Order: sequence, then C-alpha cells, then structure tokens
Amino acid sequence: MSEDSIISLKNVNKWFGDFHVLKDVDLEVKKKERIVVCGPSGSGKSTMIRCINRLEEHQEGTIVVDGIELTGNLKNIDSVRKEVGMVFQQFNLFPHLSVKENITLAPIWVKKMPKAEAEELAMQQLEIVKIPEQADKYPGQLSGGQQQRVAIARSLAMKPNIMLFDEPTSALDPEMIKEVLDVMIDLAEGGMTMIVVTHEMGFAKTVADRMVFMDEGRIVEQAVPDKFFNNPESDRTKLFLSQILNH
Amino acid sequence: MNDLTEERKPPVATTGILGWLRINLFSSWFNSLITLFVLYILIQFVPWILNWTIFAADFKYNFNGEEIINREMCSRVLDPETGGACWAIIYVRFYQFMYGFYPREEVWRVNLSYIMLAVAVVPLLFDKFPLRKHFLKFTYAFPIIAFFLLNGGLGLEPVSTNKWGGLLVTLVLGCTGIALAFPLGIILALGRRSNLPVISMMCTLFIEFIRGVPLITLLFFGMVMLPLFLPEGIDMDGLARVLVAVTLFQSAYMAEVIRGGLQAIPQGQYEAARSIGLSYWQMNMKVVLPQAIRISIPSIVNTSIGLFKDTTLVIIVGLLDLLGIGRGALADTTWLGLAYEVYFFVSLVFFIFTFAMSRYSLYLEKKLKTGINMGAD
Ligand SMILES: Nc1ncnc2c1ncn2[C@@H]1O[C@H](COP(=O)(O)OP(=O)(O)O)[C@@H](O)[C@H]1O
Ligand SMILES: [Mg+2]
Repeated sequence: MSEDSIISLKNVNKWFGDFHVLKDVDLEVKKKERIVVCGPSGSGKSTMIRCINRLEEHQEGTIVVDGIELTGNLKNIDSVRKEVGMVFQQFNLFPHLSVKENITLAPIWVKKMPKAEAEELAMQQLEIVKIPEQADKYPGQLSGGQQQRVAIARSLAMKPNIMLFDEPTSALDPEMIKEVLDVMIDLAEGGMTMIVVTHEMGFAKTVADRMVFMDEGRIVEQAVPDKFFNNPESDRTKLFLSQILNH
Repeated sequence: MNDLTEERKPPVATTGILGWLRINLFSSWFNSLITLFVLYILIQFVPWILNWTIFAADFKYNFNGEEIINREMCSRVLDPETGGACWAIIYVRFYQFMYGFYPREEVWRVNLSYIMLAVAVVPLLFDKFPLRKHFLKFTYAFPIIAFFLLNGGLGLEPVSTNKWGGLLVTLVLGCTGIALAFPLGIILALGRRSNLPVISMMCTLFIEFIRGVPLITLLFFGMVMLPLFLPEGIDMDGLARVLVAVTLFQSAYMAEVIRGGLQAIPQGQYEAARSIGLSYWQMNMKVVLPQAIRISIPSIVNTSIGLFKDTTLVIIVGLLDLLGIGRGALADTTWLGLAYEVYFFVSLVFFIFTFAMSRYSLYLEKKLKTGINMGAD
C-alpha cells in the first residue's frame, strides 16, 4: 500500500452463495482522488463499493480504509462508517423525519453533538447542496433531485473523508440530473475523495482522475479519462463505450 | 353567452337527498330489496329496544313510585306485558361493578387512578396535545403511581388484590397487558428477525408456542404452575400471576403484528442508517421502528381490542372482572332472572371502551393516509 493511499483493495473476492461476484479485485485510491467506476449492469460495481463501507462483507483479500482494516471487528466497522459517506441510487431518506432531522440524526446520536449545534451544521450542509429553504419539509414533499441532494447533505454532515456514490442519478428524471451532478462537481473541487459509480460520461470526463471499468466481477481496465475514452485497451471496454456513448 | 364554456348543473337525480338515496340505497333492484328489508328490521327492532331500555324501564323506582330493592318490585316482574328493563340491579350493584370489593373508605384511590389513567392516556394518543412532552412524563410515571395508589404502601393502607373487582380488574388487566406487551412484543419481533440464529430461534419458538395455546391454558399455567417455578417462600399475588399470563399472551401477538410492520420497511432504510454510522439499536429506535409501528398501528389496536375482551376469561381462575361481578349479581336470589339487564350493562361498558379504541384506530389510519409524514416513498 503506497504512502498516500486512503483506500486499498487487494485481491478481494466475494461470493453470493455460489455466485462469484468479485474476482481478484485490486484497487488503490489516493487521498483526494476522484474515481469513476463504470461497467455493464450486474458486473459487481455496487458490490465493490458496498464492501468499502462494509454494507457487504468480502470473503477473501484485504480492504484497508483510512488505515483501518475491514474485518469482523465491529469497532473497526463503526470507525470506517464514520469516515465513509454513501449516497444511494434510491436516495433512502428517512420518510418519517423532516429534511433537517434526516441530517441531524447521525451527528446527534453517533457524534453526541448538541441539538442546536447539529441543526446549525445541517443548515450549512443544506447551503452546500443549495436547498436551505427545504429544511422543514418531509422527503415525500421533495422532487427526486432535491431528495438526492438532501441525501448528500446527510452524508456530508458526518464530515466523511471519503464519499461513495452508487449511481446517484439513475433514478432521476433527466431535468434533475444536472442539479445533483453540479453538487458533486462542487464536492470534487473541494478536494473530497470520491468513488462514483455512474454512467454519466460527461461528468466522468470533467471530474474523474481515473476511470475504472468492471465486467463480470473483475476490474478490466483502469486509465485516466483521456486514454480511457479515446484509446481504451480492452475490447470489452471498447464495446461498452460504444454502447453507452451512441445510444 | 358562449354555450361551449357555460357550466351546467349536474342532473337533479344525482344530487340532493333524492340523488343520494338513489345512488346509495336504490341503485339496483337487488339493493332496493336489501334496503327495504333492513328498513323493516329497523322499524321492528329500534322502537322496541328504545322502549325496553328507556321508556318502559325502571331506573331507581318502579311504576308505583317505590324504590326497588328486590326483583319482585320490578315493573317487568309485576306486569310482564308492559314492564321494561329493571336497571335497579345495576344501581344497587354499581359499586361492585366499578370497584369490586374495594373498601369504601379507600375507594377515592381507585377514582383518582381512573382520572389519572385518562390524563396519562389521552396525551399519549394525540400527538398534537398541548404540552404533550410534559404530560408524557406523567404517563411514564403513572404505572408506578397507580401501583402504590391501588395496592397500598408508602403510608397508604394496603388493599389486597382479591378485594379488587369489576371494571377495576378489567382495566388493570387490559391496560397493563397492553402496556407491557408493547415493548416485549417489539423485542420479540426484533429478536425473531435477528441475524443471530440462537436469538431468532428462541424468539420464534416463544412466539409460536404462545400463539398456539389458548389464553385459558396460559391462565391456568399462571395460576397453578407459575408458583412452582418461584423460589420457595415467595408467594406471588393471584392478580400478578394472571397478569404475567396475559402479558406473555399479548406480547406474542404484538410481536407478530410489529414484525409485519418491520417487513414493510425497505432494505435501503437499514443501509442508509448503517452508512451514516448508526448502531443496531439506534437504527431500530430512530429509523426502523418508528416507521414499522406507524404502519402496524391499526393491527396493534386490533389485537389490543381482542385482549381487552379476552380479559373476561379470568373468571375461570377466580378473578372477578366486570363480567364476573355481573355473574355474581345474577346468582343473588333477590335479583334472580335479571340476566338481560346485567349482560346488557356489561356489554355496554365493554362496547364503550372497544368502540373508542376502534374509532381511534380509524382516526389514525386517516391521519396517516392524508398525513405528509410518510410522503411519497
Ligand atoms: N444480496 C445479493 N444476493 C445475491 N446476489 C446478489 C446480491 N446483490 C447483488 N447480487 C448479484 O451480484 C451481481 C452484481 O451485482 P451488483 O454489484 O449490484 O452489480 P452492478 O452494481 O454492477 O449492477 C448481480 O448479478 C446481482 O444479481
Ligand atoms: Mg448497482
């Protein structure tokens, strides 16, 4: 593991029952690096990033996040989850809590922050995602784009060093995709370490330091965007890019 | 005026009383037939029951104006043709119906408990209740206060539970059973869904065993067998033993109802809660259970109504609840043959409570449906 590496996956293998989802996955991510992961549906992208905050368990290999090795040790899992924020395709906001309560929940209960301080923090995060005026609404009253931005604010409120995004815009209507991507671009420019699973290739070209292409549980190709898009090595990457860029 | 945009009134036949009648009562020949049939029954029955329970009934005095002190003085015994119900039996036994054999000079303690019960429960039921937070503190303290108030101790004269009876026993069993079964049911439901096989198996076994056994069996178990499990020299109060049985029974049902609610919570809620660092208990207390319980409220109320009525079974193990007191009254030779009055009264009291519960559940359902809180997801 190199000096400034913040996430390191070595030889990671995972099975769902008999099904081999992740095959010898190696991935090093440096501090402040922005990685975009793409690949066909079912190729194991979600599973890989979910292993990084232990929503899924890997069975072989090692995963080290911010110096903490992910094992069965519950303390390690808790500390890793404090370091790593995650944004889901389906937003997964808590529908019974207001926007503000969604964001303050973890600071108050996990970090034991006083309520007033947590609320101030929540308002700051809502400013960052540009919807402070929605603080007192409930998730069901917001558009998809707004909900996803609240979900981002909810993760950011825990001050993570790393943010994972699992297809954050695929459940959104086209006119809302940009507002979410804009927030993510701001985050990237602010120096956040990010791993983003997405098929928004425009976003990838602007933001990514490195592209990772997965197919059938393997990382098939890793390259800087320029090389990845213009001169990919693998035939499978070429095929995938032609499908995704020409539709 | 432009004919195309002119607003027309709907056809007369679909609005107003006539329209309503037509749509709701006479929309087809079959519905009309049913309407007429129901109307016939109502006309036959309602005047009769009103007459029997109110207009021709004796309350304290019979038609000669004498205060009724035994069955021979009831109008319907003196003149079966015209006499209605003889409510005097309820008057005479009212104290027993409400308090059992609780000593009269201490009965203020029961009355005070009844009043406090209302003060404790109402803020719990309505989340818009003014100063609810402060009232809820009282709600949590209420069981302890009520225990000492009713049972004695702390300077109050002890009143043995075998003197308790009537509505008092019914409410103690119903309220305690429901209140204790709720947290127990939550723990059992979470346990049954636990990833730890031992815990999940134990909870499943417990739930399935209790649900597979009639309440009466559990009552006998509480009465006869529970003392055998207790260390020697410790004598458990009869009412307490029945309470254990009732609570175990109810918690198994509550667990299944809440488990149903838990199943409706999407996996994404758990993952989001975990990803922001919440622990297992924080996730359940703050994210999962509030939603699951909200979904299961109608069923929770439903099983609670069931339990409230099932408490009448305690008569089998010798406790005198409301129905038990009623049966005692019927066995009294001075009042022989007034079964209608007694059962009517007991039914009415049960009905008032269960009807209130069922209306409350409807109110909640409506509120949750129109409420914004659960939103689109
Ligand atoms: N919990 C699970 N149990 C069994 N199979 C799963 C589970 N989660 C995902 N899979 C399977 O693993 C494969 C990879 O899934 P995923 O990582 O979600 O792919 P991607 O995100 O690239 O579309 C898919 O074939 C999927 O059906
Ligand atoms: Mg996926």
